[in-house]
Amino acid sequence: MKMHGWHWRHLYLIFVFALLYAPIFYLLFYSFNQGTTMTHFIGFSWRHYAELFADTRMIQIVLDTLLIALLASLLATIIGTLGALVIYQVKRIWLKNSLLSLNNILMVSPDVIIGASFLIFFTFFGFKLGFNSVLLSHIAFSIPIVVLMILPRLNEMRQSLVDAAMDLGATNWQVLSRVVFPFISPGILAGYFMAFTYSLDDFAVTFFVTGNGFETLSVEIYARARQGISLEVNALSTLMFLFALILIAGYYLLTRYTTTKRRQRRYQLEAKIKP
Amino acid sequence: MKKYSAFYGVPYIIWLILFVIAPLVLIAYQSFFTIGGQMSWANYQTYFHSGTYLRMTLNSIWYAFVITLLTLVISYPTAYILNQTRHKQLWLLLIILPTWINLLLKAYAFIGIFSQNGAINHFLRFIGIGPQQLLFTNTSFVLVAAYIEIPFMILPIFNAIAELNPSLINASRDLGATNWQTFSKVIFPLTLNGVKTGIQTVFIPSLSLFMLTRLIGGNKVITLGTAIEQHFLVTQNWGMGSTIGVVLILAMVLIMFVTGERRKRGGDK
Repeated sequence: MKMHGWHWRHLYLIFVFALLYAPIFYLLFYSFNQGTTMTHFIGFSWRHYAELFADTRMIQIVLDTLLIALLASLLATIIGTLGALVIYQVKRIWLKNSLLSLNNILMVSPDVIIGASFLIFFTFFGFKLGFNSVLLSHIAFSIPIVVLMILPRLNEMRQSLVDAAMDLGATNWQVLSRVVFPFISPGILAGYFMAFTYSLDDFAVTFFVTGNGFETLSVEIYARARQGISLEVNALSTLMFLFALILIAGYYLLTRYTTTKRRQRRYQLEAKIKP
Repeated sequence: MKKYSAFYGVPYIIWLILFVIAPLVLIAYQSFFTIGGQMSWANYQTYFHSGTYLRMTLNSIWYAFVITLLTLVISYPTAYILNQTRHKQLWLLLIILPTWINLLLKAYAFIGIFSQNGAINHFLRFIGIGPQQLLFTNTSFVLVAAYIEIPFMILPIFNAIAELNPSLINASRDLGATNWQTFSKVIFPLTLNGVKTGIQTVFIPSLSLFMLTRLIGGNKVITLGTAIEQHFLVTQNWGMGSTIGVVLILAMVLIMFVTGERRKRGGDK
């Protein structure tokens, strides 16, 4: 913590941030290139954006990718929430630990293994590859992260809250909907959010189970990148970067909003109790 | 609440059976089938007796090791310094942000940066070294893989350092330890769990980054992942692909065993 160290520390941080962001901004910068290469910037132009918006095939792929991500994260959140409740309620330690280990298998497996084993799975049962197989795979690999986001919240919840509700005559559904769900809702939100980004980002698993007729954005970008540079892809990355920023800002505001609302409610309650 | 748990647990249990257990069983089962459809140990024999597969596996492990080491060397100081900054949560968010950019797009950016007339070669020409072949080399594969994995290494180490009790560091200083002693005897051992988690999260995917070996490595580096993808989607030899898959799963289990417990991520108590 000497003063002269201070300078170097910050220089190092700047270096790491530059390293992390330079390739991304390089990509975004050339999307405005009037030329067609990622190496010579001739002049500013929107032409690659115009090309992108005229490319109906690409737009269809973007919409499909978003649809998959929305549906997969929604279903994964529902199943994952139920799963977290199951694991939470299991009392026997060995059973709880084995359920957790099974849950984490897909978290630690390499994408290639997940993709290959799902491909065998779908083929084995004669399931047609396409939209449905991609959707099922995305649900499947998103469930464990949802469970892992919700379980800590459940473990933080005091059992006395549930007991009190039961003593006061709440039905099972009322206990769940009025006590448990409101308490774990930040975990559910975080889980949904993670599942959404997992689905949006996935390439390897989709690549294995997509078959011929259906494509997501990652698969399409891979195909185009193998053919070489097309600045339409750069234009697309700029839009995706902005989308990610909006998503993060939205998530941040949403969590801020729910916590402030909860705090306000508590103040109101305290004001009522203390006249 | 208890009597309903069996009922609402059904979808989750179905998921466990269909998408966790069944695929693992199937990949193990498939690994015993030759391309002709006969059931035998032939794939395993080929794997262990032909030098090609073993050499490929060692190669893949070596590259994963280099990538992990490079990532660790860059990430540890970063995580450490980040912890001392004022708005550390904001900085951390900025470290995580690049992971939100699709991996394929990041790889694609490097095709431009490393190309013959790309940014790096411009720089090399400028300082008088002259242009080099950068794309489609082993070095470029390692660099891009490390670039992609850095945030995943910083995050667990950052958390481990954040949990470190500062009074321990003060105590060590008060007792006359030098900066290096404080680091090697106090800080590093206490943050070792974060490092282990980081190694797990980086090493295992590094064994299977097949898209990078194709786009950046120019098929010069064959990782276990590339081999599996090749067998499944190109040569259609699913049996051999599954055999390599089983080897990769065993390697994964071994790594988890060596680096301690499962990924520490809330959940477990």
